[in-house]
Amino acid sequence: MLQGKKVIAVGERDGISGPAIAACAKAAGAEVVFVATECFV
Amino acid sequence: MPDVVISAATQVLAHVPGLARHGSKPRRELPKNAEQAEKFAAALRTFEDAAAYPPHQAWIGNIHPRDLPARPYSANAGAPQRTGRFGEIMPEEEFFGLLAAVDDFELFALSPEAAKAAAAALAVHPLAKALNLERIEKAGGDIEAVAAEPNALRLTDGAVMRCAQADDESLSAHVLIDNLAAKATATLALLHLLERSGIDPTSVEYVIGCGEEAIGDRYQRGGGNMGKTVAEAAGLTDASGADVKNFCAAFVPALVVASSLVSAGVFKRVVVVSGGSLAKLGMKFQGHLAKELPIMEDVLGGTACLIEADDGTSPKVRLDVVGRHKVSAGGSAAEVMKALAVEPLSRHGIAMTEIDDYATELHNPEITEPQGSGNVPERNYRTIAALSAAKGDIARADIASFVTERGMPGYAPTQGHLASALCYLPHALDRLTTGDARKVMLLAKGSLFLGRMCQLSDGMSVLLERNERR
Amino acid sequence: MDLQTQEAILRASQTHDKADLLVLLGSPDPESAEIAAETVIVGDPSYAGALAGAQLGLLTYHVLEDEVHADVPDDVWEAQIGVMADVLEADALSATVAGFRNQA
Repeated sequence: MLQGKKVIAVGERDGISGPAIAACAKAAGAEVVFVATECFV
Repeated sequence: MPDVVISAATQVLAHVPGLARHGSKPRRELPKNAEQAEKFAAALRTFEDAAAYPPHQAWIGNIHPRDLPARPYSANAGAPQRTGRFGEIMPEEEFFGLLAAVDDFELFALSPEAAKAAAAALAVHPLAKALNLERIEKAGGDIEAVAAEPNALRLTDGAVMRCAQADDESLSAHVLIDNLAAKATATLALLHLLERSGIDPTSVEYVIGCGEEAIGDRYQRGGGNMGKTVAEAAGLTDASGADVKNFCAAFVPALVVASSLVSAGVFKRVVVVSGGSLAKLGMKFQGHLAKELPIMEDVLGGTACLIEADDGTSPKVRLDVVGRHKVSAGGSAAEVMKALAVEPLSRHGIAMTEIDDYATELHNPEITEPQGSGNVPERNYRTIAALSAAKGDIARADIASFVTERGMPGYAPTQGHLASALCYLPHALDRLTTGDARKVMLLAKGSLFLGRMCQLSDGMSVLLERNERR
Repeated sequence: MDLQTQEAILRASQTHDKADLLVLLGSPDPESAEIAAETVIVGDPSYAGALAGAQLGLLTYHVLEDEVHADVPDDVWEAQIGVMADVLEADALSATVAGFRNQA
């Protein structure tokens, strides 16, 4: 499913962070076009 | 390496409903929507409600967080109590007097009535002798004229903040009231610390600030030195100071630096202070209004603690059991917790179940949940427990009981540095002296990525231990 | 959702073929997953950001959903997600995001 996709990684500090999502997406063959980590506290 | 102890810690709150709309979020949103602004004003709490609010009573030391009543907290509140063993909750009218008393540049102006009321209230405050009360009367005057000055900021009907320099954002009225409020709350906490510990104020040699404000001018926007600023305001004539900055995580690095200075013999007594974060007032107000709750982010916190050489009774700071989040550690919540909770304990062969209390981010969930931010402490405790299970210290089935026994409900205002382990310090000292705890771990986390200079998180932890000589 | 993040997502949706884009969320609980999924699929529910009323309908998954996990090599999953898969309630998160995905 991720192979060849352009991924927007919207992580959250208390969940899974943006860079961690991006690393998973890249390893699954996707291109990562945007990475952010949100913090709501 | 000589042992270092934390011999005293205090915490105060200032209830500031009138300043709540000057928090960053309400300040941006309310002017766009008159109906919302009206609802916001109608949803502010009275001092009695804020003083009775159980999480605030936990903050000033009248109740341990584990003994908080069921939520909603306000429905199960007792009588309002202004003072507690750790400090006090100050009403806004008086706090405005305190702002004037610590204002060295005549920037904060009050109406004659507000000045008179504040001066009269503070004159009978137990710490009145330490305050420059003359300044309060002096701050009273024609505030309509002050409000008409270029770039002045109308705070409330009776209070105005001046701008110090029109073309310098760092010296705008908004930034200056943030900084002055932080100075006032930190000073109040430090005055309580001096009163409660009974130490000679001239014996404190260094004061480290660890709050979230950014004092400076356009050439050095976060230049700082709240530490020395507060030292002067509280009459610590022989102290100097500096700040440790690290987003919400700053307290633990500040504590470790302060303890290291004492351990190395550089200074005999060091104080760590922090003031409240006005920018964070009303941050989640939209969620509160949508669920017909009061505006609960209406208080500013202040803290102070005293670090000195081993006195034989106070809890020790285990400088050999410090956890740090390394650059290479990765930003996942589990990696951060591994670095803070697992690694330093494993290094010393201490089982995770030997820690009686973990003090991590203790944001009050009643404030965060209505805005969709969830229960922050519970997530932290579940992560610590899951790591403990992965390490083999507990069975997977015991994750829930680990969370209940070694964690606690959140009760801190949503001002990051206050919530991040710091709020538990006076409770930790109680538990490690008169209570039955032997080890308490403080874990602070910060979100460096918010500043857009790197994608990293950070955190630091340190172990506090009962003094065996006690 | 953060205003800068919304602007960046809007820009990405304009510069790339929308059919190629896939949003992966790392929200810690169903409440925040709901806000994030709603924002990128239907539009910003708070009407504060660039995605207010945008109806981008971007294909969106929570990173803990089985379809995503199946695509990620085990060693990478362990290093990046690890125990967080046990800490967070994957089923509830998956159900929340899938609910919005099916509306798109």
